[in-house]
Amino acid sequence: MSDHSPFHTPPRFSATFDEHSIAQIQRAAATGIYDIRGGGAKRRMPHFDDLLFLGASISRYPLEGYREKCGTDVVLGTRFAKKPIELKIPVTIAGMSFGALSGQAKEALGRGATAMGTSTTTGDGGMTPEERGHSTKLVYQLLPSRYGMNPDDLRKADAIEVVVGQGAKPGGGGMLLGQKITERVAKMRNLPVGIDQRSACRHPDWTGPDDLAIKITELREITNWEKPIYVKVGATRPYYDTALAVKSGADVVVLDGMQGGTAATQEVFIEHVGIPILAALRPAVQALQDLDMHRKVQLVVSGGIRNGADVAKCLALGADAVAIGTAALIALGDNAPALEEEYRKIGSTAGAYDDWHEGRDPAGITTQDPALAARLDPVKAGKRLANYLAVLTMETQIIARACGKSHVHNLEPDDLVALTVEAAAMARVPLAGTSWIPGQGGY
Amino acid sequence: MNAFDLTKTPLREANAKLQSLPADTNEKVWHLNNLHGEHACAVGLTQPIEVHVNGHIGYYCAGMNQNATVIIHGQCGVGVAENMMSGEVRVKGTASSAAGATGQGGLLVIEGDAGTRCGISMKGIDIVVKGSVGAMSAFMAQSGSLVVCGDAGASLGDSIYEARLYVQGKVESLGSDCVEKKMTPHHLAKLERLLKKAGIEADPKKFRRFGSKRNLYNFHVDNVDAY
Ligand SMILES: Cc1cc2nc3c(=O)[nH]c(=O)nc-3n(C[C@H](O)[C@H](O)[C@H](O)COP(=O)(O)O)c2cc1C
Repeated sequence: MSDHSPFHTPPRFSATFDEHSIAQIQRAAATGIYDIRGGGAKRRMPHFDDLLFLGASISRYPLEGYREKCGTDVVLGTRFAKKPIELKIPVTIAGMSFGALSGQAKEALGRGATAMGTSTTTGDGGMTPEERGHSTKLVYQLLPSRYGMNPDDLRKADAIEVVVGQGAKPGGGGMLLGQKITERVAKMRNLPVGIDQRSACRHPDWTGPDDLAIKITELREITNWEKPIYVKVGATRPYYDTALAVKSGADVVVLDGMQGGTAATQEVFIEHVGIPILAALRPAVQALQDLDMHRKVQLVVSGGIRNGADVAKCLALGADAVAIGTAALIALGDNAPALEEEYRKIGSTAGAYDDWHEGRDPAGITTQDPALAARLDPVKAGKRLANYLAVLTMETQIIARACGKSHVHNLEPDDLVALTVEAAAMARVPLAGTSWIPGQGGY
Repeated sequence: MNAFDLTKTPLREANAKLQSLPADTNEKVWHLNNLHGEHACAVGLTQPIEVHVNGHIGYYCAGMNQNATVIIHGQCGVGVAENMMSGEVRVKGTASSAAGATGQGGLLVIEGDAGTRCGISMKGIDIVVKGSVGAMSAFMAQSGSLVVCGDAGASLGDSIYEARLYVQGKVESLGSDCVEKKMTPHHLAKLERLLKKAGIEADPKKFRRFGSKRNLYNFHVDNVDAY
């Protein structure tokens, strides 16, 4: 016998207090501390899936696959640097620190990128000989923490990236928890073993664009004006940040959207600060165009790039290249279904694992545990990354050829339409089947 | 005497010359004259030469110095000797903010006062200031020593790690997790050596020592107000 009336309605879950929100409240109440995790924003947001290419038609001719050339090369740093960086593909590997990643993972990134003729980037914590040795083109980051910052490494780098912010946490500093601070990591950062590291969120010796200009001059003076200087910003006010980076003398602007990954940050920061790359790209390009600097100062964008369509869409909207972080880690072996049993043991599941800050990664990528790290074979993982980069490039070319372009940089906003009003407004392309670009002309 | 007149020689040329001197150069002493507050002057030096900066100078003078001795006969702007690795930088006048920021080694001597954030994020450098230092000095200081013969401004050593701070005068206030520590004979001897090396006369016994309480080393919810 049932003890409720026949008119009992089935239990209803709240859209507001959904499963995740309830779990977050319960966790906060039990522990008294906010949630920290790796990865980028996980909620759904306007993204490149909301855009489509039109392809060729009677008025536009496509190029023949394989037979007709479609260039993919890109040169970064043509404004002031004596030695700009020449990449064979418009996809670069974003800055990820040794410390966050194992030595093996850094080596694999270098191997994969080098095989495809593109660059890798250091991260918070300095440059390791492994990554310098295995990367023919290496970008050296100058971060607020200045961990491991060293003029010898500066001179060894092929480019220098001044990191103002990251898409996952614009306005926030780095975080590396004690369990990942081994002796080697501690030594590189000049700190005791096993303590939580709070990397600063502001640079110690400059504030604002006027100072940044002087900082960039100093870096150029130390490196004989050879190296391209990038300025990396998290996507927040992309029009002004791009304009100010150009004003400060940057050769390249790196713009990272809120989907961009991080090694460890508060969940509330990842999900609620910054804007998606789709919303940030056009204002950044607009700033370059307004300053007559589009294609003179190159724009590299990142944050949730997964496939060749994403790459092609970034280029069509005006970027010169893209950078990938999360996707590169997945290509190395992160979140592999084969490790499901082990993910379960640490309370996660393949495809959702993001506790990269804990250093218990069964794939041996986001860890400093020697036994776990030894699981990643840098040669095989590097090969997987090279395969993935090759596919990204081919997919980008497939789309470019379909739009009749002999170089991926010839893709343009005219090749795109949007599936949603939001995406149309953000990307400044018409809603599919209409000539309506929200916010522009007559509406 | 080797000298550059900066009204005639572009700074780029002077820096390039100083940076490219071979290890066995016999042109060991250089003078930079007729300065107008240039930024990034005498940066990125690598050889054990002596460079006299004869006048007031702008930001990041002697930045990332390795092995060289740079003597600034004047006042200097923000970030003097920033990220210095080794060698010696001496400021005869006063220094602006962020003097010796993130320095990893070597000795920075400031004979006048230093502005705010002196020794911010220092990573092994020794800094000796004959005068006083401004607010937020030794913020997030990781290692090395900061010696202040005068007074220290507000929030000295905020979020400090393992750096050692010695102050002779008044300390306006200490930052989060920075506490006064006992001056042991070991620390007295170290301070005496530093003062001597810096050529500054002061009685080590009159100094107090400050360092990290190490409460913030691993996040704990009870310390949340301090973050
Ligand atoms: C594990 C990991 C570590 C990272 N470390 C850094 C870093 O040290 N410095 C930095 O500027 N960005 C860092 N990032 C951000 C990346 O450089 C990049 O902006 C981001 O991953 C791009 O977005 P995506 O992950 O969606 O491709 C890190 C990202 C990840 C996933």
